[in-house]
Amino acid sequence: MAKNDLKTTVQDNVIWKSIFRPGSIYRKGYRDTSRDRALASMNNVLYHLHPVKVKRHGLKLTYTYCLGGLSFFMFILLTITGIFLMFFYTPAAGAGTEIAYLNMRELSASVTFGQLVRNLHRWGAHAMVFLVFLHMARVFYHGAYKPPREFNWVVGVILLLLTLFLSFTGYLLPWDQLALWAVQVGTNIAGFSPVFGDQVQFVLLGGVEIGPNTLLRWYVLHVLFVPFITVVFLAVHFWRIRKDGGISGPL
Amino acid sequence: MSDEVQIDQEVYDRLIGEGKSERIARAKAKAASVRKAKIAEGQSLGPRSADEASKALEEFRANAGGGGVATKTEAPADAGGGGRLTPEQRAARVAASLGNGGDKQPASMGVPTSGEHTHRLLALVPPAGIQQVQSKQMDKVYTWPHLLLVEFVALLAAGSLLLIVSFFLDAPLGSLANPNDVPAINKAPWYFMGLQELLAYFHPMVAGITLPGVFAVMLMAAPYVDKNPSAKPENRKVAVLGFTFFCVFWGVLVIIGSFIRGAGYEWVWPWITGLGFTL
Repeated sequence: MAKNDLKTTVQDNVIWKSIFRPGSIYRKGYRDTSRDRALASMNNVLYHLHPVKVKRHGLKLTYTYCLGGLSFFMFILLTITGIFLMFFYTPAAGAGTEIAYLNMRELSASVTFGQLVRNLHRWGAHAMVFLVFLHMARVFYHGAYKPPREFNWVVGVILLLLTLFLSFTGYLLPWDQLALWAVQVGTNIAGFSPVFGDQVQFVLLGGVEIGPNTLLRWYVLHVLFVPFITVVFLAVHFWRIRKDGGISGPL
Repeated sequence: MSDEVQIDQEVYDRLIGEGKSERIARAKAKAASVRKAKIAEGQSLGPRSADEASKALEEFRANAGGGGVATKTEAPADAGGGGRLTPEQRAARVAASLGNGGDKQPASMGVPTSGEHTHRLLALVPPAGIQQVQSKQMDKVYTWPHLLLVEFVALLAAGSLLLIVSFFLDAPLGSLANPNDVPAINKAPWYFMGLQELLAYFHPMVAGITLPGVFAVMLMAAPYVDKNPSAKPENRKVAVLGFTFFCVFWGVLVIIGSFIRGAGYEWVWPWITGLGFTL
C-alpha cells in the first residue's frame, strides 16, 4: 500500500477524528496556514499552558534559557521515574527488618534498568533544585516580578521551598548512613523552631528520634503530600503567567 | 519661531481698553503680531473660523475636482477568477493610490500631488466613545510551531544530558543506616550546606530558623519593596547588586560547607583530606 493511502486510511475514520480535534497537526487536511496554526494551539490540551501567540522576543533562547520549562520537565521526569521506583520499594525499617535498604540493594542488582532509573531520579532531583534556583535568578535579573507579576513571584518562592522540601524528604528513603545523618542535621535544626520546637521535631520524626516511623512519614510526604501541594502551586503559577500578560519584557 | 514673539502693542492696548484680562490681551496681541509677520513674509493664513473653513473646503473641491468624496477606483476589466486581482494588478493599484502611478493616477484620490498641503477632518469622536486598550501591540508569533519546537528541542537536550550522566555516574548508596555509628563527616544535602555552614557561626535558632526565615520573607517581599518600575538593568543597580550579593553569599557558604569542611566539621583544605562531600 502506498504511503499516502495508508495515511488516508489511518486518518480518515471516525475514531481518529474523534481523538484529534480540528486544527490538530495529526488530523487529515492540516495545512501550514495562520488559521491552522492558531487552531493547533487552541484545540489542544496545551492551550491550558500556552496562548495561541507569544511575544517573539520570548522565543530567543538567551531570554529565558527555558529554565522554567525545564524545571517543570524535571518535575514530570521525577514523577515518572519515582512511580517506577515505588514498584520496588517498601518504606519499612527497624531492627532485623531493614526492608527499605534491602530494596535499594535489589534495585541496583536485579531490577531491569533499576540502577539507571534511580540515577535519573537522583541526578534529576539535584538538577531540578538547581534549575529552579537559576529560573528565580533569571526572573529577578529581568525584573520580571514587577507589577502585575508580584504575586506570581511569591508563588514561585513557595515553589522553590517546596522543591527543597521534596528533595530533602526523598533524601532519607534509601535508609543508608548518608541519608540518616544528613536528615539528622536537618531535623535538629527544626527542633530549634521558636516556641513549638519540640512539637515540630516530633511531627517531622514521628517520634523523638529518627526511626521506622520517620521513614514511613517522609515516604508519604515525598510521594504524595508534597507533590500534591506542588502541583496545586504549579497550576496557579502557570495560570498566573498567562493572566499577567504572558512572558515579561522585552527589557 | 525660536526667537521671542513680540506682542502687538496696538492690539494689546485696545483689548485692555475693552476691559479684557491682561492674560487674554497678551495672548491675542502675540497672535496678532505673528499674523502680521506672516502676511509681511507673504505666507497665507489658515481659516480663522468654522465658516471660513467650510468655504475654503468648497473652493478647494471646486478647484481640485471632488476631493473628500470617496470614489470607487475602476476595477481592471481583465480581472478574472471571481473578481480577485492578480499580484501585478494589486501592485499597480497600490502604486496608483500612493501617487506613483504616473498618468494612470485617478484625479479623484483626494490627495493633491502639487500645490498646498491641506488637512481634512474626517470625524469627531467623543473621548467616551474610544475604547482604551491597555496592552501595547507587540510582535507576536504562533506558539505552534515556533515556541513548541524550541521547547521540544530543549526538553530533548536536557533529557539526553541527564540520561548520559545517569548512565555513567551511579547514585551513591552508603552502608545501612545505624544510629549508633556516628560518621566522622556529617553533612546535609548541598542545597542546605549554606544553613549548616551558618550553624558553625551562630546559635542554631539564629542560623537554622531566624536567618532562613528572614531570607525567605525578604525574597517573597522583593516585588513589594522594589517599587522601581523599570526593568532595565542600568536603572536598577541597587536591586541587581543586592540580589547578586545574596546569591554570592549563599554560594560561598555552600562551597565552604561542601568542600572545605572535613571530619568534625573542622576547616580542612580539600587537597589535604580529599572531598568530604557526597551528592
